[in-house]
Amino acid sequence: MPSSRRKQFDPITHELVPKHEVLPLEEAVKVLRELGIHPQKLPWIKASDPIVQQLKAKPGDIIKIERISPFGTKVVTYRFVVVG
Amino acid sequence: MSETEKIIKGIQFGLLSPDEIRKMSVGAIKSPDVYDEDGTPIEGSVLDPRLGVIEPGQKCPVCGNPMGVCPGHFGHIELVRPVIHVGFVKEIYDTLKATCRNCGRLKLRPEKGSTCEEFKSEEEELTLEKAYRILKAIKKRYPLAAKRLIDHVKKTAAKQEVCPHCCAKQYKIKIEKPYTFYEERKEGLVKLLPTEIRERLEKIPNEDAELLGFDPQYSRPEWAVLTVLPVPPITIRPSITIESGMRAEDDLTHKLVDIIRINNRLEESIRSGAPQLIVEDLWDLLQYHVATYFDNEIPGIPPAKHRSGRPLRTLAQRLKGKEGRFRGNLSGKRVDFSARTVVSPDPNLSINEVGVPIYVAKILTVPERVTKFNIERLRQAVINGPDKWPGANYVIRPDGRRIDLRYVKDRKELAASLTPGYIVERHLVDGDIVLFNRQPSLHRISMMAHKVKVLPGKTFRLNLLVCPPYNADFDGDEMNLHVPQSEEAIAEARELMLVEKNILTPRYGGPIIGAGQDFISGAYLLTVKTTLLTKEEAYTILGVSDYIGDLGEPAILAPNEYYTGKQIVSLFLPKDFNFHGTAKISSGPRACKTEDCPHDSYIVIKKGILLEGVFDKNAIGNQQPESILHWLIREYGDEYGRYLMDNLFKVFIRYAEMRGFTMTLDDITISEDAKSKTKELIKQHEEVVNDYMVKYNEGKLEPIPGRTLEESLENYILDTLDKLRNSAGEIAAQDLDPFNNVYVMARTGARGSVLNITQMAAMLGQQTVRGERISRGYLNRVLPHFKVNDKSPEARGFVYSSFRSGLNPIEMFFHAAGGREGLVDTAVKTSQSGYMQRRLINALSDIRVEYNGMVRTTYGDVIQVIYGDDGVDPMRSAHGKTFDVNRIIERVVGWKR
Repeated sequence: MPSSRRKQFDPITHELVPKHEVLPLEEAVKVLRELGIHPQKLPWIKASDPIVQQLKAKPGDIIKIERISPFGTKVVTYRFVVVG
Repeated sequence: MSETEKIIKGIQFGLLSPDEIRKMSVGAIKSPDVYDEDGTPIEGSVLDPRLGVIEPGQKCPVCGNPMGVCPGHFGHIELVRPVIHVGFVKEIYDTLKATCRNCGRLKLRPEKGSTCEEFKSEEEELTLEKAYRILKAIKKRYPLAAKRLIDHVKKTAAKQEVCPHCCAKQYKIKIEKPYTFYEERKEGLVKLLPTEIRERLEKIPNEDAELLGFDPQYSRPEWAVLTVLPVPPITIRPSITIESGMRAEDDLTHKLVDIIRINNRLEESIRSGAPQLIVEDLWDLLQYHVATYFDNEIPGIPPAKHRSGRPLRTLAQRLKGKEGRFRGNLSGKRVDFSARTVVSPDPNLSINEVGVPIYVAKILTVPERVTKFNIERLRQAVINGPDKWPGANYVIRPDGRRIDLRYVKDRKELAASLTPGYIVERHLVDGDIVLFNRQPSLHRISMMAHKVKVLPGKTFRLNLLVCPPYNADFDGDEMNLHVPQSEEAIAEARELMLVEKNILTPRYGGPIIGAGQDFISGAYLLTVKTTLLTKEEAYTILGVSDYIGDLGEPAILAPNEYYTGKQIVSLFLPKDFNFHGTAKISSGPRACKTEDCPHDSYIVIKKGILLEGVFDKNAIGNQQPESILHWLIREYGDEYGRYLMDNLFKVFIRYAEMRGFTMTLDDITISEDAKSKTKELIKQHEEVVNDYMVKYNEGKLEPIPGRTLEESLENYILDTLDKLRNSAGEIAAQDLDPFNNVYVMARTGARGSVLNITQMAAMLGQQTVRGERISRGYLNRVLPHFKVNDKSPEARGFVYSSFRSGLNPIEMFFHAAGGREGLVDTAVKTSQSGYMQRRLINALSDIRVEYNGMVRTTYGDVIQVIYGDDGVDPMRSAHGKTFDVNRIIERVVGWKR
């Protein structure tokens, strides 16, 4: 029996982790057109990030994050998945 | 000569090759002497006339241009022996380590495998070809990743002890700072001469150099070892003539002369076949001079000195630091059309105005184009000339010629010849827009636009209400003034930077400009219930405002007619304004939470009439968000805000002046009764402290979790003594008349606090250094007046006296010790927070909000998809919130919740 088995923990269920989802291609294109930017200009997130791994997102995907701002409004931001 | 417009597409950095240096040179510089007998510069010296024009009227022998147009030309010095460029020592070292000493190839294993037996490498190790492939793929797109690859290549290659290409054994290269290289051979350390280093670098093929971070087309590795030195044009190092006719040369010129002198001596020694030792000594000296020519602050070698002993200011020193080319001349420049002088207050000015001394107004000018509408005024300005205000200093004719009015004999004639199309640089006059600034410029409201008011005197005058944004006071502060010169700049300043447009700060959305000190005292005194004004008095205080209108019916009709202060204030409020809230004085025994308030500390404004409550800091104070003042400005506009401050606030001051407001010793003197009560208190608390000490000595003291017994005792004592001061303060507060002047100031928030009053009237309390009782000084005691290890309150800095009663010498010493710490703290804090601010601002300065609300860097990288998660401009928000529901309901319905 290995002395330390990695505790399996699903970060998505944690209350401090906001909702993440992979944008489907058509929607990603739409969002980028709306913002008028190239995907690389978005903030990056590494493919090795635990949440990205959970979502099975691949480098090049765009992740949509929905969270509640301190003012109580819903805020949507995006991350560009990169190798790493 | 035709001048074509050229647009810079890019800048290519690289090393200068010897060929290029010779190509751009107008000739070799050889002579160490600068002037011949009759004082003319020698050809072939560092002041060679071909290097540029120095004297006015001369023409450049190279390009034919006169002084000021000729940019100057480079010369060159042929170094007899190569020397290392100090700026590239690191690169040379890395390159030598990573390449073979024999064949010059990069020591990475080739893909097909090495033919050498001794060469060992691990399977996964990077191959030369692979490294080259990766570099090619990522260089353009990911230059930062390429940098990391290059670092990796350097590291792997440096580890190889045998060259995989020619099987030569490699030696360890050592560097002795700043610029001497050694090789660790079997026979010991061997010095590598610059000639050898250059030979090795020459052998590196272009492809390998690229993997080491060089771009061989623009910088070959061997160019980091100098064989030719460029001599910069004299325009870059001008000599100055002192009054005595003596010529003083620039530091760079001195340095170049040194280099030439040593270079010539070295050449002479070599030609005459001097011993190797002497040649190497001279060579080393040449190396030193060339190194200090580039940078005279290299660690490990003495800086080159001027004859007077002053270190020379060479190339690196010209660029580096606060006064260097970048921070001193490019990021920050000196400007024209600016003035600086002491500031002083003038409550009669509008907050939008700045008082400008007439002397200043006669020097600063605004260019005004002559039109048929302003021609008469500008003619008069020209006639008045530069010495009589309001005049003009210059006239610019339509053909661009500038006429200096100081030297015009007949200004009347010139004035008559003015026609539309002329530009007159006229004096500053009332109503001109100027920028006003006080350092340190920590936020945007440290610089605001004001309207000029030309006044006699020698100081800039400003309204007291605009002190908070500038953080100005009048103990000798100086401020700067700038005059915008173009219509666009003037319009922009007026529309965006005018003081009234900056009453609300973007920091928290509240008014940063508002009442302080006297304004608050005056407002309180005016609005307090007991204030009744006769018609004449009401006229007097309203006289300072622009109020035009009816006074209305007096609140009291018989036996005499009296107006209340609240009626006066109501005259200035909009007729549909509703507000409810507590005043600052609503605390302690005079606290109120509802409209039913006997202490007049709950403010009620309905339909623009102040029905109840006093105006104090909570209502009109500066830096008080969600106050009456805030909502008034937010709901009725900046201009109304300015109107209030220029009129209502002036009324407050006028009333304070009329009533009179001062402070007397009586205001902080407590009764004998209170004094004996305080004494009783002292006795009680001293007993408690003694109790703790007895318990401590017996070892029965209960320690506080996480603290030692000593720390616990200190904590208990500090707590007890703090309680003592607070109760003494309470006694004093109860004893003092709540309507005495000092107490009024503290309660309304005008100045001072209850603690200050306690210290004045009751007792100073514990003096601390670093949050602890004062305990250092003599051995185990602070002063020789105490017994060793005395832990009683008075021996550790507790002051029983008040400022009113006076301190005894020992108490005074403790108070000074505590006060000193405060001074040191402020000095340290300002410097530290100032530097932190500088770093923060430099890091964030290029981030901006795009038109669609996105926050992006100059490279277009997204920081936030929408600014602040809600796209709200804090300056136009309700104290940070998008809107304030309670306030909207209150405003419409007239009542909250």
